[in-house]
Amino acid sequence: MKRTPTTFIVTSLLVMLFLYLPIVFLIGLSFNASTMGVAWKGFTFQWYEKLAMDQAILEATVNSVVIALVSTGLALILGVGTAIALETRQKTQQSWVNLILVLPLVIPEILLGVALLMVFVLCQVHLGFGTVIIGHMVFNLPLTIVIVRARLRKLDPAWADAACDLGATSWDVLTHITLPLLRPAIWGAALLGFTVSLDDFVVTFFVAGPGSTTLPLKVFSMIKTGMTPEINALSAIMVVVSMLCVGLSWFLQQRSTQVSAESSYQ
Amino acid sequence: MNESVVLDKIVKTHGLVKAVDHVSLSIRSGEFFSLLGPSGSGKTTILRLIAGLDHPDQGDIIIQQRVVTLDPPHKRPVNMVFQHYALFPHLSVFENVAFGLHMKKERQTNIQNAVSHMLALVRLQGKEKRLPSQLSGGEQQRVALARALVNRPVVLLLDEPLAALDQQLRQEMQGELKRLQREVEATFICVTHQQDEALMLSDRIAVMQGGKVLQVGTPQEIYDHPVSSIVAQFIGLSNTLSGTIASCEGGVCRVDHEVLSSVLVMCSPHDPPQGAVTVMVRPERVHVSSDMSINGYDNMLSAVVHHVAFSGNEVVYHVRLRDKAIWMARVPIAEAQASSFAIGQPVYVHWRAMEGLVLPAHPASC
Repeated sequence: MKRTPTTFIVTSLLVMLFLYLPIVFLIGLSFNASTMGVAWKGFTFQWYEKLAMDQAILEATVNSVVIALVSTGLALILGVGTAIALETRQKTQQSWVNLILVLPLVIPEILLGVALLMVFVLCQVHLGFGTVIIGHMVFNLPLTIVIVRARLRKLDPAWADAACDLGATSWDVLTHITLPLLRPAIWGAALLGFTVSLDDFVVTFFVAGPGSTTLPLKVFSMIKTGMTPEINALSAIMVVVSMLCVGLSWFLQQRSTQVSAESSYQ
Repeated sequence: MNESVVLDKIVKTHGLVKAVDHVSLSIRSGEFFSLLGPSGSGKTTILRLIAGLDHPDQGDIIIQQRVVTLDPPHKRPVNMVFQHYALFPHLSVFENVAFGLHMKKERQTNIQNAVSHMLALVRLQGKEKRLPSQLSGGEQQRVALARALVNRPVVLLLDEPLAALDQQLRQEMQGELKRLQREVEATFICVTHQQDEALMLSDRIAVMQGGKVLQVGTPQEIYDHPVSSIVAQFIGLSNTLSGTIASCEGGVCRVDHEVLSSVLVMCSPHDPPQGAVTVMVRPERVHVSSDMSINGYDNMLSAVVHHVAFSGNEVVYHVRLRDKAIWMARVPIAEAQASSFAIGQPVYVHWRAMEGLVLPAHPASC
């Protein structure tokens, strides 16, 4: 390159700082011995220890994980099925279905939350685990469908033909060919869905009931009584877990495109 | 001779296009049969119909005296080698080859034996655990063959089997295909757009265009007696000249051309052609000379050398006739060395009346 890359590096660094400085501070402060403020008073694990003793937080963690697992699992079952069904349909039928399916991903979340709450109240559904799971599926399902379909489009239809030719029924094609080849995309969608569900605040805020408080809700209620180092510790853990899940999801999807690229150059 | 596959007035439309238009063929058992035609001529559609991956709109498909027109693929004694092989990328070579037997719920020991035997037949021992992406093009081709043949099909369908291979590998695989066919004693039906491939491999060829079969015959029959100028052009790069019949006597016609001098060509004495015709001369029959008349040749046209292509054992002269048509002449290297011609040099092309073919002119195609 002829143009000096220094400006490029500097701007990149500034953007990175802008994005990640707050998180770095947060994680750093979670090891700060000071109870108040941001002055550094020495390194400590005590906030993490305290966190582990806090019954309410442990409960919220369990709630969050259960809700994330169930909503992701259900979204996968429905989403993979929908994606496969859609990809075997003709293109003309797909366009409006596409729009409807992706809509929940672009509607402001607060609208989704309010709308869901109204539906639940109208139908006199008791707010709790069930409603939170349904709420999370509203964004998890389109997410799964989008990711799985992207992978499905890269599958060579000749693979299914070849399997049929070798005596496979359509069920055999699904279990022996389609699903194994979709596996990286399915894992990718699962991890991403799990993370989004784990971190969701807005929709959960509207549709949660007593006993279904998730971690983000818990953090929010703790902040109302003042910022404590415990919250820093809890947030640090959530950030790390989320980043790991999203990173792994990205890695899996990346690899799946590589595999299909290799095999299409046979 | 008993028939292996019979197609009876098959029609298949894709949208508004008639991909296959009333095609009837009967393919004998143990035969190497090729469907030859340009892309879009419906040959792959026919293969898919025989495999059962598509079903015809009209007509019947009979395999070994049994009507299978609407049967699904797994109820037919037929297997296919796909154009880009369609090997399952997540399965090893062994698992790919075993797939068909696995689907038929064969015993594990039987599968093991059959797959090993088949991999030995296509010379792929020791590569059982590789993934398709770790194989070369030729090896993938062999896996595709083994995966189909391990099911002991009565008919093996091959869709452009050699198209993805480079020149040298292609020639090697041609021999390999013939050897395999002798060993497994199945009917091979092969789709190709390469005329030399079809001529070399096949017992019989069906030349197709626009969803129709133009001619069926042995390579020799099709090469020597094409029924139309389209077939002739497709099979051997013929030089053409359109004109009208001036006279026909004793099996020799005189054909007049608007610009060029008249030419003589042999024809059937019983059924002489009339009206507008196309005269065709194969490039290897055309003699290029700087002499205006040579003994023994009946026809002569003046031309200018347009391009010279050297291809190892022969030289191909592209010459422009006075009516701007480009003809080709293949000259063996020894002859070409004795008398070579430069681009732009005026020459004369000669050929014998018996070496030309006269066919009814085909309106507006080619």
